[in-house]
Amino acid sequence: MQILIVGCGRVGSSLARTMLADGHEVSCLDEDPDSHARLELGLESSWEDAGGQFTVGTGLEIDALLTAGIEEADVFVASTNGDNTNIVIGQIAQRRFRVETVIARILDPYRAEWYEHQGLRTICPTRTAIGELESELKRIAAATEEAYDGG
Amino acid sequence: MTVADSGGDYMLVVGAGKVGWNLTRELIEKGHEVTLIEADRERYLTVEQELEHRVLYGDASELWVLERAGIGRASMVIAVTGDDEDNLLICQVAKDKYEVDRVIARVNNPRNRQHFELLGVKPYVSATDLILRLIEREVPRYGLVHLLDLADAKIEIIDLLIGDDAPVVGKRVDELDLPTGSLLISVLREGTGFVPTADTVLEGGDELLAVLDPRVEEALTEYLGVDGGASIGSPPPA
Repeated sequence: MQILIVGCGRVGSSLARTMLADGHEVSCLDEDPDSHARLELGLESSWEDAGGQFTVGTGLEIDALLTAGIEEADVFVASTNGDNTNIVIGQIAQRRFRVETVIARILDPYRAEWYEHQGLRTICPTRTAIGELESELKRIAAATEEAYDGG
Repeated sequence: MTVADSGGDYMLVVGAGKVGWNLTRELIEKGHEVTLIEADRERYLTVEQELEHRVLYGDASELWVLERAGIGRASMVIAVTGDDEDNLLICQVAKDKYEVDRVIARVNNPRNRQHFELLGVKPYVSATDLILRLIEREVPRYGLVHLLDLADAKIEIIDLLIGDDAPVVGKRVDELDLPTGSLLISVLREGTGFVPTADTVLEGGDELLAVLDPRVEEALTEYLGVDGGASIGSPPPA
């Protein structure tokens, strides 16, 4: 399938490499030309030689989205470092370009929940972190209690 | 400036830049109850010296900040930060989640207007566009000025300057073959305006006011020999 990833930071670039290795067509869009280097971490060839595409621009620029191939994309991932940007461009991909699957990374759990209700598929790393920390702490607490009980 | 004057209207203004601060002050002077929200701590402290409890510190793109500001009872939200994405989402959430009756969004980059349209955030105000429109009005060489655009109703009023060598110069109004959906409503000649009759003869230098369906604007400007390429600042076609 064709995947367009907007925001090529740690999350976006790693995702891009994985999906490319899995045989998908991957196109990345980022306003920072230097983020291209992040895509090539661990690659033996250049990102383009490996079959990837990279475009410099922001997700609010329609021309940049078109160059990056949004019209052909089956999946659109909004993974910039800004919640507001991800929510706006996710909705542009959904409503204007009718991309079938749109996923937006939203750090603010409250807003992630609201936009999920509005039909935007969201990933909330904060919620994941809270969940993992909670279960880890509960596990530690239980183990400590057991140790006391045992002693 | 008493609460009794406020008429029960509660307004939220987001962004305490020059626009937001001055706007809040004006609204308060007009007797409205207003809370201004500012996300930058230093800016907040500066503004707070004047506006005191009427300014709230926080990032209004976070829902709990809007709730703490009392968005539930607000009848209007005005987002005038320097960030278009913030303005867009604050207004979208105000409308869709908190069912605020009226929102007004500031557009900093006119290219982003299309995104405000797409997400249904209207009306929006762009200072760049306003100034461009003033330029259109003040600099008549463009030939065409939009006086009123009711995009949803598909109607607009425009001001057209007829050049000396335009093909319609010397023609009577009843000889004109204006496109269907357009109507000539007045002629401004040498500083005086009048409503044309069938036997009014058009002269070079006339300014015509026409009411029309925006879809026939091109046909009309072409027929009248007006350079229509000057609709800078008018909203993009829906």
